[in-house]
Amino acid sequence: MKEVTGTKEYIKPENLVYRKSSLLTDDIMHYCPGCGHSTTHRILAEVIEEEGIVHDVIGISPVGCSVFIYNYIDIDWQEAAHGRAPALATAIKRLLPDKYVFTYQGDGDLAAIGTAETIHSCNRGENILIIFINNGIYGMTGGQMAPTTLPGMKSSTSPYGRDVSTMGNPLKITDIVATLPGTCYVTRQSVHSPVNVRRTKKAIRKAFQYQKLNRGTCFIEIVSNCPSGWKMTPVQANKWMEENMFPYYPLGDLKVPEEKQGDQPKTE
Amino acid sequence: MERELRLMKGNEAVAEAAIRAGADGYFGYPITPQSEIIEYLMEANPCVTTGMVVLQAESEVAAINMVYGGAGCGKKVMTTSSSPGISLMQEGITYIAGAELPCLIVNVVRGGPGLGTIQPAQSDYFQAVKGGGHGDYHLIVLAPASVQEMADFVGLGFELAFKYRNPAMILSDGAIGQMMEKVWLSPQKERSKKVPEWATTGKPENRKRNIITSLELDPDRQEAFNQKLVAKYNEIREKEVRLEEYQCEDAEYLLVAYGTSARVCQKAVQLAREQGIKAGLLRPITLFPFPSKRILELSDRIKMALAVEMSAGQMVEDVMLAVNGKVPVYHYGRMGGIVPTPDEVVENLKERIIGG
Repeated sequence: MKEVTGTKEYIKPENLVYRKSSLLTDDIMHYCPGCGHSTTHRILAEVIEEEGIVHDVIGISPVGCSVFIYNYIDIDWQEAAHGRAPALATAIKRLLPDKYVFTYQGDGDLAAIGTAETIHSCNRGENILIIFINNGIYGMTGGQMAPTTLPGMKSSTSPYGRDVSTMGNPLKITDIVATLPGTCYVTRQSVHSPVNVRRTKKAIRKAFQYQKLNRGTCFIEIVSNCPSGWKMTPVQANKWMEENMFPYYPLGDLKVPEEKQGDQPKTE
Repeated sequence: MERELRLMKGNEAVAEAAIRAGADGYFGYPITPQSEIIEYLMEANPCVTTGMVVLQAESEVAAINMVYGGAGCGKKVMTTSSSPGISLMQEGITYIAGAELPCLIVNVVRGGPGLGTIQPAQSDYFQAVKGGGHGDYHLIVLAPASVQEMADFVGLGFELAFKYRNPAMILSDGAIGQMMEKVWLSPQKERSKKVPEWATTGKPENRKRNIITSLELDPDRQEAFNQKLVAKYNEIREKEVRLEEYQCEDAEYLLVAYGTSARVCQKAVQLAREQGIKAGLLRPITLFPFPSKRILELSDRIKMALAVEMSAGQMVEDVMLAVNGKVPVYHYGRMGGIVPTPDEVVENLKERIIGG
């Protein structure tokens, strides 16, 4: 990279206001400009580092755009078949109950092909964290309709818009898992603005803390964008998301655990 | 626990042998004719004795992916099912083979295709020995012919799976799973505390992160990986062939059969010899690797080979490949859950001799 003239003198420890998490590798992320995955990867790496659990955490990557997350965060990983991440996580956590186990999955992976694994892992109350990126489209395969694609929304397999009478309705799977006794903490967040990034990071931190307390499944949906799949600029995509996705998938906690004496996780 | 003699069903023997082999985890879904395995494990409740995890999954798809996750942690994990369930597991099995993980899968075969029957069959031979799922891979396949071997092959299957970092399968059938015989059970082994260097258990400071995956987008690197697998399968072919011969020394007519069919054929050899026909039996114990070399050696001094299977003719193709045209190879099979009788086998052999 070309050195910008005169910056060297400012790169000093006392001027440091922000640094890259040591868990983020130097691999160049393959994500499209404006995509929410890279931000989510960053805050996930930060939480793992800040909580001091790097030596005890195992991540399960999905099939989808984030299949290569294992190249970007420097922890132990297993790469699951499409939709099966919660099954892997179930066994890993049962066999290594002292470790922290999380899955990172997209909407096609978690809410279409992996619906059974999602529902049943949550229903068994597996002590795992499920991070669910919902951008209403299949990004990696080129923009096909997802289970969470909005009514009327265009995709390469709903070129005239999703017709709910023939293609079904968008699945609010987060609302479903919130009804299951096995889940302990269910929340819907986003990473499209600084305040939302901070809230999502806090949610991830809380989820790992609940996992330590064996409180059940933690489930964090992150409503996100797909500028390439939606055929928009990043700015347009975020605006469209606010105007169309958030009314259908409103942000906020769907379920928070009842407080137990002495086991409430510390907040920031 | 000492070595112990018991009267057990084949399925129960698998379950008890798994506990005694020091297995870390069992993940399964009920299906006839092998549900006794998970029932036995749930009742034995090894989680309080050895710490073995036993979990009933929501489907065979989930069960095999739990096995995948557990195997990735370097644990001794297994699943069992019967034909339709094993079909559902093929996705997970190819991922496990592609990620080079050890595990044990037991198929107590029933007749198909489709929902088929719940009676014994050997119609999953191709699926077991040729790969089964997508991509180029092999399982190590063991074929028990008794309740004793159902128990013994659990330990052997785990041993081979870890030796080669490859999934192993016990290819049994509904007859061996359901029948009761006396069985010597091994003493209790302790669960291993060893963590393989490739296992994902949380990255300690002194090693690089471990990644369990079967994904490689670069064709050159993927081909290099495929070649590595081929080399491993060739080593297995070289070192791990197991077989049993019965009256083959002077045999002119060689029966080739495994599992339940091999038990029938042993009696058929006796009956044939009473009638003056010099028959012998070769029983492959490993179906992959197949005892091709030994069959080729025998084909120098036999007049004919007859593959007897409870299928439309699957293993017979491997016998033909082994014999390589030296002598005629025929097939005799019953299907749909029917076990052939020794008399039928002898009759068929005699017809072939006259016809040939």
